[in-house]
Amino acid sequence: MKKQDLIAVEDFCQYHSIEVSFIRSLNESGLIQTTRSGHKTFLSFEELPRVEKFVRLHYDLDINIHGLEAIDHLLDRVEALQQELLQWKNRVQDI
Amino acid sequence: MAFVDYYSVLGVSKNASADDIKKAYRKLARKYHPDVNPNDKEAHKKFQQINEANEVLSDPEKRKKYDQYGKDWKHAEQFEKARQQQGQPYGGSSGGFGGFGSGGFEGFTYSTGDDSEFSDFFESLFGSRRSSRRQTAFRGHDFNAELNLTLEQAYTTHKQTLTINGKNVRITIPAGVENGQKIRLKGYGSPGVNGGPAGDLYITFIIPNEANLKRHGNDLHRTEELDLYTALLGGEKTLDTLGGKIKLKIKPETQNGTKVRLKGKGFPVYKKDGQFGDLYITWEIKLPSQLSAREKELYEELAKISKNK
Repeated sequence: MKKQDLIAVEDFCQYHSIEVSFIRSLNESGLIQTTRSGHKTFLSFEELPRVEKFVRLHYDLDINIHGLEAIDHLLDRVEALQQELLQWKNRVQDI
Repeated sequence: MAFVDYYSVLGVSKNASADDIKKAYRKLARKYHPDVNPNDKEAHKKFQQINEANEVLSDPEKRKKYDQYGKDWKHAEQFEKARQQQGQPYGGSSGGFGGFGSGGFEGFTYSTGDDSEFSDFFESLFGSRRSSRRQTAFRGHDFNAELNLTLEQAYTTHKQTLTINGKNVRITIPAGVENGQKIRLKGYGSPGVNGGPAGDLYITFIIPNEANLKRHGNDLHRTEELDLYTALLGGEKTLDTLGGKIKLKIKPETQNGTKVRLKGKGFPVYKKDGQFGDLYITWEIKLPSQLSAREKELYEELAKISKNK
């Protein structure tokens, strides 16, 4: 991964006014993946929408890491079901 | 512009404590937060109303003003002016109704993609939300756009350049994208306020079926004409498909309406390289017309043979 596709966890946390320990917890739980280079830890740009979603859920709604894991799993299922529903809707329209 | 009952939006009584309001808000926000209700416009709208109600009721000064004017909110501005002329400015902030966040519970700054972030009622009573929270950075609004694709275009991964608000955006459209599917382009929405991040752009793909080519998930269905002689005696037929030309063997005595399945010749599976659905061909046997005298003679002979079988 190119260096310009990464953002330092410290910078991200400063921007969002959150603790670095929260990102560490997300990484430890496997919800996100951070990259280590030298003494610094980075987040990939691709991962940012997910990380920002977890930040909002945690800080806005007081949802802890276990709650985030459950929500993440359920949202994946919702997305898969929405995709399937869309396919069926398209199929019904053709009949 | 209608009066908005913020108490009923949050489901609390008029004498609810700040703690009650905070609890009610958190409970409803968890239920309707856009992050836990993907692609649900109703939930987004509801979340916006809850946010607005909380913005007012969690701020002691705003709540006081709301309670004071109630349904007479249309005259609130006139009352305010009269007060100020009498040297009794309401609140204490310069030029508007300020004091956001002072002891109150701040609302979320999640953009719902709706142009009108807060109701006209709110703006009329408290002024623009943005101007009253000058110090807060807001994420820009999300944009929604539709992109029409033919089945042929959706069949292959390709790049397209779109012009969005004067900016050229080059996007990669993965093969197998579904009709009605949405993709998000981060940061291509409207710019943020006070240094907040830009919103996102959501593109919905519109991929209609064609007259003789229908897509069901990853499978394709089409009807092909077959001449009587090939149907009866068997043979070969070459077809143009989205994946290129294919040669098909026709079995002798193929009946009208026979459906054949060509495995792996359908539509590519979204984001799964090398995987394809199936192609179904329904044979429509075309009977000859404008028969010559000799042809008629031969068919009559065939009919006789058929009867004597």
